Order: sequence, then structure tokens, then C-alpha cells
Amino acid sequence: MSSLNRRRAGWTIVNLLVVLYAVIPLWWIISLSFKSTGTVTDGNFIPTSWTLENYRNIFDTGFFTSALINSIGIGLITTAIAVVLGTMAAYAIARLEFRGKKLLVGAALLIAMFPQISLVTPLFNIERRIGLFDTWLGLILPYTAFALPLAIYTLSAFFREIPWDLEKAAMMDGASPTQAFRRVIVPLAAPGVVTSAILVFIFAWNDLLLALSLTSTDRAQTAPVAIANFTGVSQFEEPTGAIAAAAVVITIPIIIFVLFFQRRIVAGLTSGAVKG
Amino acid sequence: MADIVLDNVSKQYPDGSTAVEGVNLQIADGEFVILVGPSGCGKSTTLNMIAGLEDITGGDLFIGGERMNDVAPKDRDIAMVFQSYALYPHMSVRQNIAFPLSLAKLPKAEIAQKVDEAARILDLTELLDRKPANLSGGQRQRVAMGRAIVRSPKVFLMDEPLSNLDAKLRVQMRTEIAQLQARIGTTTVYVTHDQTEAMTLGDRVVVMSKGRVQQVGAPQELYDHPLNLFVAGFIGSPAMNFVPGRLTEHGVESVIGEIALPDHRELLARAQEVGSDGHVLLGIRPEHFADAAQIDPALLPHCKVFEAGVDFVESMGSDKYYYFTLEAPGGSAEVLNRLAEDIGASTQGGQKVARLLPTTTVPRGGTVSLAFEPRLMHVFDTASGLSLR
Repeated sequence: MSSLNRRRAGWTIVNLLVVLYAVIPLWWIISLSFKSTGTVTDGNFIPTSWTLENYRNIFDTGFFTSALINSIGIGLITTAIAVVLGTMAAYAIARLEFRGKKLLVGAALLIAMFPQISLVTPLFNIERRIGLFDTWLGLILPYTAFALPLAIYTLSAFFREIPWDLEKAAMMDGASPTQAFRRVIVPLAAPGVVTSAILVFIFAWNDLLLALSLTSTDRAQTAPVAIANFTGVSQFEEPTGAIAAAAVVITIPIIIFVLFFQRRIVAGLTSGAVKG
Repeated sequence: MADIVLDNVSKQYPDGSTAVEGVNLQIADGEFVILVGPSGCGKSTTLNMIAGLEDITGGDLFIGGERMNDVAPKDRDIAMVFQSYALYPHMSVRQNIAFPLSLAKLPKAEIAQKVDEAARILDLTELLDRKPANLSGGQRQRVAMGRAIVRSPKVFLMDEPLSNLDAKLRVQMRTEIAQLQARIGTTTVYVTHDQTEAMTLGDRVVVMSKGRVQQVGAPQELYDHPLNLFVAGFIGSPAMNFVPGRLTEHGVESVIGEIALPDHRELLARAQEVGSDGHVLLGIRPEHFADAAQIDPALLPHCKVFEAGVDFVESMGSDKYYYFTLEAPGGSAEVLNRLAEDIGASTQGGQKVARLLPTTTVPRGGTVSLAFEPRLMHVFDTASGLSLR
């Protein structure tokens, strides 16, 4: 009894530590974002005087707003392309035997493991030459390329989970391959599609390296780049509070995105299809 | 409804291995045909070729007189019940059963009426709004059946539909399937590895092994007149006993002594026909043995009697299984072991079994006098495996 209690207490402490480890930096950022310029360096965990000044400032210039719009647009388009292509590729990988399948899977893995930093200079040169530099497309293309392996791997794992008998049954029931895919496979793979959509979106949303190198103006600069450039924008003050406020703002779309799709991520949706 | 004709149908995989070779089969309209055989014998591949889920690499398939080789599964008007049931987990029972009809774009009212009717036949009315995950194995099985019967297809295909059910439910569903098929009268091809299902369900049984059809016939015919060693060993439970022997002028000779056969002339002629070298296997079914002490003495002159040491005894209540060993001289043991492996027999080649009355009292380790009528004995050529008698 006492050993059980001790074990439970031990787990509680460990859990608490993990939660604190994750939450403290987050709270620190939120707290900073509500502090006024004068108190930003006071080291208080809870702001002594709350202010929305930082938030007002970052949206004042319009620079951050356009960066946010760029981020959302580029993120969503990348997600859409990567998920659609990834779904089709993953379905083929999970279901079909074709020549070069191993090569395709290997190439996808290779791209996923490739150090992105080594591609920055060539990409920069190429994009400047062909006029993609500082455009949405100039970011969407490399993002899609880097996100596709992720999407393919996640999705093919999900497709493999769907019993092949279901497709055969759909075919016997009179469905064309397209109908079988649309009415049976996609609904069952929905949790996988949503999961990979979230992963891809977060990847595109968080990227700083490529966005910093392949953009120069508010035509295509994304929110992380804008935050990195804050120092130059607000030259009369320490931008700590503004950076904190912007960091909070760019976290919100991710939270909305995840909350919106969370209902659809239902584990064990395929249970009851076939008896194992 | 339609008849099915398989004309020399073969399946060869790209890697060169052959799953099914030269299957010829005529299935009449409304017939219930069972494909049976050990796993890997090509029965499921044959079924999948009829369904269109696997390509036919040689030969022709006709359903209702139409060549179907290149017709897509969805256009063959065949319904299939899978071993795994393959219910759509995101749809309710009603939607599952209605799926083929909604794909066929039937009017809503007609779909509802047909689904209700199928549900009534299969006793699923209460469950129509449940999801497959909330059904028991037997209920899922019935939903799968419902999805098959609802569209009144030309042909039913069933791929081991009962093998995931527990023993009691399996017997119950077996009866239900037989009654359902008799009532609907749709041509049905049923695959199983269970010979009890094969014997009880079908009008005709197709025994397959190693991609080839071994014998086609009514269940009783397969039991009474197996064409070769494989069918003889596969049909019947416990499996037929095989004793190595040699052909003689008046019959056969083996470790249990010389057995004179009245039809020895025909036997020798048949042996010559198949090119036999005189080595044969005698096939005796366990249920054809009797305890010599318990049978009517008047029958004894017609019987061959021999002594056997009892290795062990299994009491089944209604019967007692007596296991005994007969010394098999020379190379035949290998043939027997291979055969035992082929048919998935539980006993080694040398072990024999007799199914005796429960009143038999000989204990384990004792000696039992076994009698059998030579009339009921089968004789097979060892080399070719063909039946000689």
C-alpha cells in the first residue's frame, strides 16, 4: 500500500516536472508580451502592470500583418499540395508493387535527412536566376519538397493499417477504383491525412532558415523572419516585448489548426472492419 | 443467376511460381460448390480469379456464357463474403448493406426496402444502426452475408466465411448458410480448408492440392471412391490409414498378412494400366475397423483379422480412437510421411487409428484384435498415388 502510494507520488512529481519544464518558457513569453517597455527587464514572473502596448506596436506598421498573411498563405498552400501529392504517393507505396518503389521510398528518406543548410546557397542562386526569389512560390516549392517525405511516410503507415480486404470488398460491391478510394479508403485514412496536414503545416509555419534566405521584402517574408527583423523595425526601443508578443501571435494559428482538426483525429477508427 | 465455367484456368505469378494450374470446372446454375484443400493449394486464388480480384494468366472463365477474363470485378455482378468480413467500419450496418445498392444508384426508397428485407432474412433488423465495431463475430458475419444477398447477384463467392467464428457458432452459421443458399438458389462457390464444412454444405466438392484439382464429386462419392491418395487422406476424419503392401496373384500382401480380393483380376489390369510396379498402399478408414471380439461371429469369415498393440486410446464418448503402429518395411515410410504432411494429418505416417465402439475395453498397452472387411479397403499405386480399386 505504502509502496504503491510512494510510486504514485513519484509519478506525480515526475509529471509535474515535465509539465513545468514545458510550460515555464511558454508562460515567460506570454508574461513578457504583456509587460511595458520599462518593466520588461524586471525579471518578474507575473507582470506588475499589464499592457497591450506590445501587441498594438507589432500591428502598427503593417509589416508584421503582411508577414502573417504570407505565412498563413504559404503554409496552407504547401499543406494542400503536400497532402494531396503525399496521399496519392503513399497509397501507391502502401498498395502497389511497381518498379522503382524502393528507389522512391529511399529518395524520399534521403530528402528528409538532407541537411537543409547545405541547400540554401544553391537555392538562393537558382531562385534569383529564374525569378522566384522573394515570391510565395519560391518558398512553397522547397517547403513542399521537404515536407513531402514526411507526409508520404506518415500516410503510407496509415494506409497500410487499412485492410486490403476493404478495397476488394468495395470492388466486389460494384465500386470503381476511384469510388473505392473516395468512399472507403479516404474516410478511413482521414486521421492520417489530418495528422500529416498538421505536421506539414507546422513545418512550413516554423521554418526560418529557408524563409530568411529566400525572401527580402514583405512580398514573401514570413512571420518568423519578420520577428527576426524586429530589431531593425523598432529602433528606438528594446524589441523584447514586441518579439514576445509576436511569438504569442504566431502560436495562435497553430493552436487553432490543431484544435480544429483534433475532433477528426480519432484513433482506432478502423476497429470492427475485420476480425483479427 | 448463372453457371460458371472454368476452362483450363491457370495462375502464374510474375516470379514464375504457379498458384493454379489447368483448372477445369463446370458449375451449374444454382449449384453450391465447395473448393477445399490444405492452405496454399490454390483454392483462394481460384476464387479470386472468378471474382476478378486476380488476373487469369491462362485459360478462360465464363459466367452465364460470357467470357469474363477481362471484365472488371464491379461489372461481373458477383457478391463476395470475405474471411475477414471486410465490413466498412465508418458505416452503420444499414449503410454497409446498402453500399452496393447506392453504388448502383438505385432509388432511395428501393434501397431502404431491400435493406430491410435482407435484414429481416438475416435477423439484423435490431442492429441496423450500429457500427461494425459494436457487433459480435456472428453478427458481423451476418452483415457480410446481408451485403452479399441484398443485390441479388448472379454468383456468391465465399472465402472461408466461418473460419473466424468459434466452434459452436460455426456449426450454427453453417446450417444457416446452407438454408439461405437453398432458399435463394444463387450459384455459390465456397472456399474452405475445413472438410466438415466441405462435406456438409456442398452439392459438389472440388478437392484441390498444389494448384491442381484432384477430384470433383458429391461428398459421398469422394468418401467412397477417392481417385488418389491425396483425396483419400484428406476426406474423412480421422484420416484414412495407409498400409504399404504388394500386389499378388490373388489380392494384396502386407504386414497384416495376405488379403485375397475377389476382384483381383480387375485390380491387376488397372495396375498395369497405370504402370504400377506392384508396390501399393492399402487404404482402410478408421471407422471400417471393428473389435473382433465385439462383432457378430457370423461376419468374421468375411473379415480380415489381425492383432495390433495399442499405443494409446482417446475416448470421444460416442467412439473410442485406438492408435496403433504397424511396422512399415522399407521406403514406403517416406511416402507415408510426405502424404501425412500434404494432407495436414495429425499422425505420423506409421501411426494408424481405429475408430471402435465405446464399449471396447482393451486398455492402453494391450493388444486388440482388429477386423475389417476387405470389400471396403482401398488400394493405391504407391508411385503414382492413383486409386486401383
